[in-house]
Amino acid sequence: MFAPLQKAQHHFENACAGAGYTLDLLLRAAGKLVFLGRKRREALDQLSLCMLGSLSVVFITSLFTGMIVSLQTGQVLRDFGQENSLGYIVTLGMCREMGPVFTCLALAGLVGSTYAAEIGTMKVSEEVDALEVMSIDPVYYLVMPRLLALGIAAVALTIYANVIGTVGGALVARANFDVDLTIFIKNGRDALKLKDVYGGLLKSFIFGMTIGTVACAQGLRAEGGPAGVGRATLHSVVISFMLILVFDYLLTWIIW
Amino acid sequence: MNRTDPPPPEASEAPISYRPMLSEAAIELCDLTKDLGGRPVLDGVNLAILKGETMSVIGGSGAGKSVTLKHIVGLMKPDRGVVKVNGTDISGGTPGALQEARRKIGFCFQGSALLNSLSVFENVALPLREHETVDDREIRRRVEEKLALVGLADAGQKLPAEISGGMKKRVGLARAIIRNPEIILYDEPTAGLDPVMGTAINDLILDMQKKLGVTSVLVTHDMTSAFRVSNRIAMLVKGRIVKLGTPEEFRASTDPLVQQFIFGESEGPLTRPGA
Repeated sequence: MFAPLQKAQHHFENACAGAGYTLDLLLRAAGKLVFLGRKRREALDQLSLCMLGSLSVVFITSLFTGMIVSLQTGQVLRDFGQENSLGYIVTLGMCREMGPVFTCLALAGLVGSTYAAEIGTMKVSEEVDALEVMSIDPVYYLVMPRLLALGIAAVALTIYANVIGTVGGALVARANFDVDLTIFIKNGRDALKLKDVYGGLLKSFIFGMTIGTVACAQGLRAEGGPAGVGRATLHSVVISFMLILVFDYLLTWIIW
Repeated sequence: MNRTDPPPPEASEAPISYRPMLSEAAIELCDLTKDLGGRPVLDGVNLAILKGETMSVIGGSGAGKSVTLKHIVGLMKPDRGVVKVNGTDISGGTPGALQEARRKIGFCFQGSALLNSLSVFENVALPLREHETVDDREIRRRVEEKLALVGLADAGQKLPAEISGGMKKRVGLARAIIRNPEIILYDEPTAGLDPVMGTAINDLILDMQKKLGVTSVLVTHDMTSAFRVSNRIAMLVKGRIVKLGTPEEFRASTDPLVQQFIFGESEGPLTRPGA
């Protein structure tokens, strides 16, 4: 067969095998949730690592996201004398879209890459094999607590990001467009429906689980020493970024 | 079986072709075949390892030694053939059969494979915490007993990154024997160690056989180690067993393959182009 075609076929087969493995891993990890009681300490440790390690990055990304949205839309709205609508746009934008997406992109870079590197290193140094030989299922021991922690952390950090982003947007609206803070808050509160908040948080949870599954799957499939761990980490971040955006579109379409 | 005891006469015959399995075999490999990346790594291996004996599997790099060990513990599935542990087929059997077989096996990895996030104590205690309903006091007692057995009574609180390669191997051994297995598998137990530490590890392997009466399988290319600890030695070349016998038989062998390997000569049938 023509060499580039053969190469493309090989890549396609690999991608399909990887997708199948990742989906299977998610289902197996979900099945292990019945043993959560025995792994609650590890899950809590992972949760605190996710949260504490991401607070500062999420603070900065969400603050500036809210400020940028406010600045950009404010300049257009000013032409129509609609600056007071900024509260509506910023709050809704943060809760529906910016909060979940930017928080989870940050988590994919911060936590997903850590998981892929950590589990990948364990795989190439035979620690995962050692668990299997001791009849300890790596999905139960390594994947399930991390997945759950990342799902919960994504939701909690999104709430935090929504608040910080809205505050950032309000500050810019006040400073640049002379919008009264009480009007900004009132407009935001009026615009926001329960579905907007829950829809955004549901997105976050799904993104968090996606990042965790992809990262753990890449780690568990790592081979070929340190270079293999590097590849697993890179693939984890790239695949997570793409899936977050694809799922974001689909979920937005389904929820709203 | 003492290491100086002669093996049963029928077990010391050359096993190149298929042999009927022995009833007292702890591990049986029948026609074990495995290809990796299109290359045959195991090519119809037949081997019976008797209960209580120490068997060394020797051979050059890429001969299929570690792959053989991984089949015995179910980390790899054969393309063809059967692996039996205490008479139970684990290669084509149920997951329950594999679990049960693993319960009876301790595995010492070449790189120790200790979990770096856990202390030495927690590494050794891990199988107990995950599989047995024993209280913390009992776990402490058993872990300290095994650490003392491998000469590391004081190292419990250290992390794997804080101890030497030889100590890691001993911690790996303590973890492998924590649930009193019937079979211990060693993957290159002396690789990367200085001669003194290598001898200490060999003595530990002998100790395990003497004190615990376990069946041991070593994969090694260290002939000093193989001669020192084995009741029998099997030589793997290109995925096939070419010679099986006692250490004395290996020393006395005039087979050029065996001669080249045990004396580490660069010229010979093992290194001949196309060999």
